[in-house]
Amino acid sequence: MADRPLSVALRQGGPIPLDVEFTCHSGEVLAIFGPSGSGKTTILRSVAGLYKPSHASVYSGADTWTDTETGTFVPPYRRAVGLVFQEYALFPHLTAVHNVMTALGHRPRVERRDKAETLLNLVHLGGQLSRRPSELSGGERQRVALARALAREPAVLLLDEPFAAVDRSVRRRLQNEIDSLRRTLDMPLILVTHDFDDVVRLATHVLMLEQGRAVACGSISALMSRPDLSWLREAVGLGSVFDATVAKLHADRGLVELTFDGGILLAPARHVDVNAAVRVRIPAREVVLATSAPAGLSLHNVLSGTVTAVHTDTAFETVVVQLAVGRVELLAEVTRDAVGRLGISAGQHLHALIKSVSIELGQ
Amino acid sequence: MDWAALRISLWLGAGTIAILLPLGVWFGRLLAVRDFRGKLLVEALVTVPLVLPPTVLGFYLLLTFGARSPIGQAFQSLVGHPLPFSFQGLLLASAIANVPFVVQPIQRGFEAIPSDVRDAAACCGLTPWQQFRRIELPLAWPGVLTAAILTFAHTLGEFGVVLMVGGNLPGQTRTLSVAIYDRMQAFDDRSAGIMAATLLAISVATLMTTTALSRRLSPSRG
Repeated sequence: MADRPLSVALRQGGPIPLDVEFTCHSGEVLAIFGPSGSGKTTILRSVAGLYKPSHASVYSGADTWTDTETGTFVPPYRRAVGLVFQEYALFPHLTAVHNVMTALGHRPRVERRDKAETLLNLVHLGGQLSRRPSELSGGERQRVALARALAREPAVLLLDEPFAAVDRSVRRRLQNEIDSLRRTLDMPLILVTHDFDDVVRLATHVLMLEQGRAVACGSISALMSRPDLSWLREAVGLGSVFDATVAKLHADRGLVELTFDGGILLAPARHVDVNAAVRVRIPAREVVLATSAPAGLSLHNVLSGTVTAVHTDTAFETVVVQLAVGRVELLAEVTRDAVGRLGISAGQHLHALIKSVSIELGQ
Repeated sequence: MDWAALRISLWLGAGTIAILLPLGVWFGRLLAVRDFRGKLLVEALVTVPLVLPPTVLGFYLLLTFGARSPIGQAFQSLVGHPLPFSFQGLLLASAIANVPFVVQPIQRGFEAIPSDVRDAAACCGLTPWQQFRRIELPLAWPGVLTAAILTFAHTLGEFGVVLMVGGNLPGQTRTLSVAIYDRMQAFDDRSAGIMAATLLAISVATLMTTTALSRRLSPSRG
């Protein structure tokens, strides 16, 4: 399928202030991330046509959905949008399979039942076809909502806080399912969330929102290594995120060997296959810097790199050192005193001792 | 037993429902989902017949329908007989008196549908009419059913408005409630008793039917 990018520009002063502009391509996952009340859901509603800001343009490939300049506004029921609502918004009087069938109006009548069952099987709900929403658990409702959104065969999939109402363990499983699902779906996916966990696990791109304004927008690795996003740092801790591949398994040691654009890492992991793609996250606080290579360490990973930038954050009395390790930017959070003692400056060669590495199954 | 009165009462109840229910669904939904200037006033006006003494309502309706009002004159020139003291006049008065019994439960019914569910219907590709037919109406159904029962029961029991606007013309405007009063005035306790028991039986049967119906059609049950 050809790329059908979603291009959105929204601007208005009130009642809900908005000032964002972004494009999301097929296969990308854009996370709209920000505190509650920052206008995240309004952006999704504007894309779906449920809300019309005073200045807006929404294009899906060559189709114009909204353009306030020309007065174009396609109503929501004629936009190929799959929207998973925060509270799922299932039709309470219909069974799971009929909920999904409702979104299959574009298919011939005889196909709808089969197609709906296929979709529910895809989200592992094949056994609950004739249950009503009130008879389903939170996680199951979420799956029905997802199947219903996909049934529309949308040109863009929108997820509004998809994991907010399910507990931690269910959340992990759903995250993994959505992650594997989106690799088989060839469409832009937009995820609204206030939980950074979702961003790290699912997103390829992030739009950070504050009072309706995009304060940062870009690929996940670019944004994670921006030390100026201090509120983000406060919320989740700064870190670097990059992609790696499983090269070897050391099952006896409970470790896997990962290769990335800068060398090799050892990480604790089980249940992964050789050649699996993973996403690596290294929190800046977990990185210790040294001017010479130390020996006899309990930790596994020491990488060497060149300092590319030193950011001082007066509010936190800390300094974030940005280190180029191959093509990956590593971040280390150290004290101002340490920077003085080691005389850290740009261009310097340093060793980074990594105390902990977390990996997620990624693309 | 005044069979003609029973027939008129039942026709009046059914006719009032037939006139009011479609209008009530349209208007109740409008009040539930739209916000507009003067909504508070409109809602108050809808409720007025509920708090007004039936004789007062009947008095004003009689004035409005009368030969000196434009409405009364228009009706007379179109149909050939005056609106008051006719079944048509009675039906119209009954419809007006029942507006709050229809609009309010239906409005509550539509208000109970979460706005996300309505939006989800649109995002599923349903046209506005399909959204209404397949999602909103089935979910607001208990409210619509309540409206129908209340209207029917209220119409059977209405006395003040009927007497003011319709009078007591046998076979035309004499309803069962009026007939009971009429028989009591004539010391015909036996007839009054039979008719009162008939009304009681109809009321109980109506309630049983609707309870059974709402059990079967309620959205939350399997």
